Amino acid sequence: MNKYVFIVGGGVAGAEAASQLLKLGFNVTLAEKESQVGGKLNQWDRLFPSKRKSTEVARFLAEGLSGNNFRLLLNTDILNIERTNGGFSISSGTAKFQADAVLIATGYDVFDARIKEEYGYGIYENVITSVELEARFKEGGKIFTPKGQEPKRIGFVHCVGSRDEKVGNHYCSQVCCVTAVKQAMEVKEVLPRSEVFCFYMDLRMFGLQFEDLYREAQEKWGVNFIRGRVSEAAENIDGSILIKVEDTLAGRPLKMKVDLLVLMVGFVPSAGTQNIGKILNLEFTPEKFLKPSDEHIDTYSTNQKGVFIAGTCKAPKTITDTFADARAAVLKIKQYLEEDVPGK
Amino acid sequence: MIIEGKKTVWSQYQKNIADDHYFYIRSCIRQNLWPGSETAFLRIIRDELRKDVIEDANHTTCTGIGYHTDVVPIETTMTVVARLFALMTERGYENMITSCITSFGVITEILETWHEFPETEARTREFLKKATGRKFKVPHNLAHASDIIYKFRKEIKEKGTRSLVNANTGEKLRVVEHIGCHYSKMFPHKGIGGAEFPYVLIGMIEDWGGEVIDYPERRHCCGFGFRQYLVKANRGFSIACTKKKFESMEQFKPDFIITNCPGCNYFLDRWQYVISEMEGKTYSENNDGIPILTYEEVAGLVMGYDPWDLGMQMHQVGVEPLLDKMGVDYDPKKKYLDKNGNSMGSPEKPNVLNFCC
Repeated sequence: MNKYVFIVGGGVAGAEAASQLLKLGFNVTLAEKESQVGGKLNQWDRLFPSKRKSTEVARFLAEGLSGNNFRLLLNTDILNIERTNGGFSISSGTAKFQADAVLIATGYDVFDARIKEEYGYGIYENVITSVELEARFKEGGKIFTPKGQEPKRIGFVHCVGSRDEKVGNHYCSQVCCVTAVKQAMEVKEVLPRSEVFCFYMDLRMFGLQFEDLYREAQEKWGVNFIRGRVSEAAENIDGSILIKVEDTLAGRPLKMKVDLLVLMVGFVPSAGTQNIGKILNLEFTPEKFLKPSDEHIDTYSTNQKGVFIAGTCKAPKTITDTFADARAAVLKIKQYLEEDVPGK
Repeated sequence: MIIEGKKTVWSQYQKNIADDHYFYIRSCIRQNLWPGSETAFLRIIRDELRKDVIEDANHTTCTGIGYHTDVVPIETTMTVVARLFALMTERGYENMITSCITSFGVITEILETWHEFPETEARTREFLKKATGRKFKVPHNLAHASDIIYKFRKEIKEKGTRSLVNANTGEKLRVVEHIGCHYSKMFPHKGIGGAEFPYVLIGMIEDWGGEVIDYPERRHCCGFGFRQYLVKANRGFSIACTKKKFESMEQFKPDFIITNCPGCNYFLDRWQYVISEMEGKTYSENNDGIPILTYEEVAGLVMGYDPWDLGMQMHQVGVEPLLDKMGVDYDPKKKYLDKNGNSMGSPEKPNVLNFCC
């Protein structure tokens, strides 16, 4: 099949879409701004709900990216995309590429926790993000405070940058609740004598086995779940963190010292998503994600014919859902290329 | 503590402060509680920095205390503040400075309300016209007096003769800073440094040679909180708030506290006496207590002014240990003499807190 698809973004959605398009016989160029494909997947150690290693999924993705009709562009930023003769001309530096369809899979960025100034991220050394904790698991699972001490009490703050009117993000990031439950259990695995507290508004455990994880965290690992939002964090003289929270089940304010405070940072539209959306004159949702042409029956097409979207560039998603989304987008692209390409 | 992180926050909350030609609005209560502070401010700005500042004898309260205790309705507050604007307009000025942090908060809230809901400004203009026949322009620039001292803090340092350094050891004095809630907690972008890590007082302390303490209960209420104190039944909560702050800061051994709010100054000072009488507890070595200073008093000390000219004899917690640390040359015998050399009388000695002279 002599059709070309250009994919922007080599994370889970982009790589899986490329793999499936290649299996269908299309020519695929995959452009990734980083030095390897996989995107945020490369930052995670183990994945919920089964705690399988992320490297297994990354390996699966990589195995699908081969063949004579595949071209991988790493360390590549897309400068411009314009329509030419019913197709697209894509510019990156001095290089130009032609395609019949474009798939945007530019993913998400994690919320910049410094914006939630009251938590002191970037100021208090013992306040870290869930991404940084995951990196520690990935590096071998040793957990120390910046001063090299083993933390005795660890707090997880849910919904940092999500469902938060103050920072302008009203949406749920979907994965943070279950990630906190997973990481809380992993902390208990590494530090069995530690006390672990999760501070949540409500737990959105929508996946099939997520509720079981929540139960396991309490029954097997003794993780404490406290319903209430942390209002502020401050640094004690020994570097530990003093947090204030309202326990809304007990109906009482709570002040507690933790040795490590983990902020469960949510999804925000990536800078790449913003950039490519502007280049292609795509429509955005009010949350600044890319807007599909129909929120129910076609979440893969856009307001620009021949431009498709997949994955977390259009909304927060789990990895499982991102795979499904990428494959569905491929079906839509196939239909377009076989039926709709101008001149056919 | 990662200071670079704080600097990033501070850089995001800067604001434009007028260079000159100010219309000054005094506080209702500061002249009673800290009688030298407003005088020191005018002396520094007018006489030392040669800036043009005027007052108007006809100016009134902003209604802030009544407004925040739900005694005065917002429409009345807006009209009273509009009259203050009219006095400024009639004098040909457009840069307003407030002495009181609550006045700053009230006026900021009104300007923001008028911006969001222009019909409220139109209605206020109508009320003012009917009541007084006056018209007004909104201030081109609104600043709290601590903003002005912050803006000229380097000039004050250059002209000054003292620094916030222990004269005996050469070590920096350790300073707790406390910002009034109405400075930036309602509108973070209206305050230097924002709401969570306000910089306006830190900038002064750092430039004048001191070291700022960041302690866990830094953000906690001073204990005033208007209804926490003004409703008599709530005063236990008021003093509990203040006690919580002192217990938190004690381990950092502060040399003094600087604030930019009349209420904070008052409660952090007076409640120390009450706690010491009730529990025999002070939060410093030798039962000296922790001196509470206004930013004007600190600026005045840096400028080399006499502490009794700054009104520091009116503090509940004695300032002499701090003056000794700074190497200030003062005459203890003049502490309770007025400017004509007559005795003003002296207070009773507390049972626990040290009291000099």
